[in-house]
Amino acid sequence: MTFPLLSAVTFLPLLGVALILLFVRGSEGDKRAATMAQQIALWTSMATFVLSLGILQHFDSSNTGFQLMERQLWIPAFNMAYIKGVDGISVWFVLISTFLTPICILSAIGGVKKRVKEFMIALLVLETMMVGVFTTLDLVLFYLFFEGILIPMFLIIGVWGGEKRTYAAYKFFLYTFLGSVLMLVAIFAMAIHTGTTDMTAMMGDKFPKEMAMWLWLAFFVSFAVKCPMWPFHTWLPYAHVEAPTAGSVILAGVLLKMGGYGFIRISLQMLPEASVHFAPLVNILSLVGVVYTSLVALAQTDMKKLIAYSSVAHMGFVTLGIFSLNQQGLDGAMLVMLSHTFVAGALFLCVGVVYDRLHTREIARYGGMATNMRKYALVFMVFMLASIGLPGTSGFVGEFLSMQGAYLANSWYAFIAATGVILGAAYMLWLYRRLFYGVLDKPDVQAMPDLNAREYAMFLPLLVLVLWIGIYPTTFRAVFAPTAQKILTDFNAEAHEATHG
Amino acid sequence: MDNIHSLMIVLPEVTLAVCGLLLLMVGLINRTNAALVTGVLTILAFAVTGFVMLSPERLQYAYGGGLTTFAFGSMFVDDGFARFIKILLLASSALSLLMSFSYLDKAKIAKPEYPVLVLFATVGMMLMVSASDMLSLYVGLELQSLALYVLAAFNRDSAKSSEAGLKYFVLGALSSGLLLYGISLIYGYAGSTDFMQLAFVLRDAPHHTLGIIFGMVFICAALAFKVSAVPFHMWTPDVYEGAPTPVTAFFAAGPKIAALALFVRVLREPLLAIAPEWYQVIVFAAIASMVLGSFAGLAQKNLKRLMAYSSIANVGYALSGLAVLSKAGLQAMFIYLAVYFLSTLGTFGVILCLRRQGKPAESLADLAGLSKTNPLLALAMTMFMFSLAGVPPLAGFFGKYFIFLAAVKAHMVPLALIGVLTSVVAAFYYLRVIKLMYFDETPAPIDALPDFGVRVTVTLAAVAMLAITIWPSPVVDGARAAIDSFIR
Repeated sequence: MTFPLLSAVTFLPLLGVALILLFVRGSEGDKRAATMAQQIALWTSMATFVLSLGILQHFDSSNTGFQLMERQLWIPAFNMAYIKGVDGISVWFVLISTFLTPICILSAIGGVKKRVKEFMIALLVLETMMVGVFTTLDLVLFYLFFEGILIPMFLIIGVWGGEKRTYAAYKFFLYTFLGSVLMLVAIFAMAIHTGTTDMTAMMGDKFPKEMAMWLWLAFFVSFAVKCPMWPFHTWLPYAHVEAPTAGSVILAGVLLKMGGYGFIRISLQMLPEASVHFAPLVNILSLVGVVYTSLVALAQTDMKKLIAYSSVAHMGFVTLGIFSLNQQGLDGAMLVMLSHTFVAGALFLCVGVVYDRLHTREIARYGGMATNMRKYALVFMVFMLASIGLPGTSGFVGEFLSMQGAYLANSWYAFIAATGVILGAAYMLWLYRRLFYGVLDKPDVQAMPDLNAREYAMFLPLLVLVLWIGIYPTTFRAVFAPTAQKILTDFNAEAHEATHG
Repeated sequence: MDNIHSLMIVLPEVTLAVCGLLLLMVGLINRTNAALVTGVLTILAFAVTGFVMLSPERLQYAYGGGLTTFAFGSMFVDDGFARFIKILLLASSALSLLMSFSYLDKAKIAKPEYPVLVLFATVGMMLMVSASDMLSLYVGLELQSLALYVLAAFNRDSAKSSEAGLKYFVLGALSSGLLLYGISLIYGYAGSTDFMQLAFVLRDAPHHTLGIIFGMVFICAALAFKVSAVPFHMWTPDVYEGAPTPVTAFFAAGPKIAALALFVRVLREPLLAIAPEWYQVIVFAAIASMVLGSFAGLAQKNLKRLMAYSSIANVGYALSGLAVLSKAGLQAMFIYLAVYFLSTLGTFGVILCLRRQGKPAESLADLAGLSKTNPLLALAMTMFMFSLAGVPPLAGFFGKYFIFLAAVKAHMVPLALIGVLTSVVAAFYYLRVIKLMYFDETPAPIDALPDFGVRVTVTLAAVAMLAITIWPSPVVDGARAAIDSFIR
């Protein structure tokens, strides 16, 4: 029996949780206990990341099937099994989850001052759930992890959040829960139809046409809420604004990607015919989302809210790319998702940096920071430009490809999407101007120190990755492209057979 | 020979009843610590009964290789179905007793009669689930109910408790009347009270007269009262609130499970032939309970009332398992019950130790800040709440999962949809409990001092739930075996 690498990566963070629970004693406000919890969490998550690099090392990107499979009967009476495996698509999502968690913990070391131990536990549990979503190939277990994420995230927003945290936490939980229970009913129907919940088996199965349409819609609601797509996005600005920095980073970096991953894995791979049928719907909603949320972002006075709306706009490019249903679109969607993870994550961290110092996210309270916080201004600029999609940064490649895909599907799609890019440049540049240029006349802003070593450690890996994807995307594309191509080949064959056969 | 065989079959019930009679003496001998000693001995009696029930020698003798065995003519039946439910009953009675000692002590109502009444109620419940004749059904039900009436009014100096007891008694007597009337109608039109004979008679009847249908409806109404399904739920919030908290905890677990099992037995055995008739009643009760339990819970400010509405909603989910008319549905219902009693008892364990200035605190607002003063208790409560809400990965999710899977399998997609949507509504009030414990800061947080009994109960419930989450197979297989022995 080979070493169960995927399970190890999934459950290693729980070991950290156990260590914290066992060894960290001390009441609230005990500095030593807090530091110890932070150290345990940081090292566990680093170890998890290193271990997850092993997945990439053992991963054969020319093989388009699922790899590193693990299979263990779980509830034999219902033919449910514990199945794990990754393909070219999911391997990157696993890696971004394990990569982002230590960075979040680093940021939380500076940002989270109360109930430190519990926060670290919540983050580590969250990591297990995230990796679980992306590595599980049993639909029930997928649902289990997909939904399980709500628990730690609800607590992170509600306990460590801002003023209106209770409202934000409820809205986040109930909105996503409502979306997901519909998916649950769809899972019942699929499980009964195929007699198993093994996702690999379901991919080969065909569902009757009418049933497939309903199933697709049920999954769509769930993923569209998670993604989030306009008009299902209203929970996101609140959740982002109220969540602590680390929570926002995970939310933007990984949780939103679960929607995109779900669209590829379930909508595209299991329900191709319905995907063709509903593709125009998704595309139009995406385009409305791109333009509408960009306009809304222009009007924001709160930094975090602005970046939250820009997230919705970027995820619009993802869904547009996926449902262009061609290679360029899918590749573009994958690259936008990877890029957005690093860029949005970094931008939220940037907000966190000044929020930790001044405790306000009001844009008007800042100004002229380019004079006293030069390094910070530089770091912010790189990520701001990446968010706009400047060539040479990660944002460009993905958006370019997904718009190319959209153009192949319908040239108007690309036209409208391009206006979204222009609006994106407008709100980001304007944000940058308001924050960093102008006169440095506010005394408390003047007094702010520049980035410290811990903050450097957070930003450096993100900076490297953003430029890496921008300059040489092939490193990343080479891993998922063969799988993406195979998914589309299978997809076209099945969809063609359905319409003509 | 035949009598000895019969006695072997009812040996667990006999053991428990004899223990109860002996335990009544304890209070006379030991006056200083009578309640505690009787209580501990009662828990022991439950354990002994469990061992007797499951001892291989008894099973070998009583069954002789078969799946089902009858005693005393066919008044009493023992099968895997009954055993599964009886294990849950004994466990829930023992646990609810274990966590009640210090509460009763502080409320100055620690009397040796309390554990004995719990014991006799349990004997009644065990008879109920093993009833194989309308008469033994009625006797079991009444034995249980009489003990429960007294328990509800156990704090006789409290007006609320007395009111709860009286309310429960009056309405309970009414429902018993309905039950008897239903039984007499069925007897009048089918000519028997024996479950097997009724099943044959009804199956072979060319058409079913109105009398049979009426009888069935009366029986359903009476049993719906016992499980507190809508529209016979009105007593539940008042009795839950008025009765002493340990009694409420006991009410929420054992009697519910027993009455639901009885529901299944009566509808699936003697009345199986008129399933197309009773199935509508059950579907209505299930949907109405889910909807009312979820929405009405939103407005509650008292924890015990909240749990009352939660239990109404939960009964709705459990009844959905019966409503889908399939083996898979019943199996799901049993899994659901096994998880439900753990989360409910755990929750009540937490409620039991909430105190403000020495007095029991029961309002939702009293939970504020519990995570600061009592992190582990708050963590356990969080688990129970998420489990009751059916949020994965906690055990409650599996209960709902299998029930609605069975519903979809039986082409009852609307039922499943209503079920999952109401669980989103109900999630709101479970979340509110968590919000109060974790999000809210309060200058005067509650002091919760879990005593030994509560600690053990809460820990056991939490650990068992985690175990079910990670490895649900034993419960799933146990439920399947139970149903297989019942429906062939």
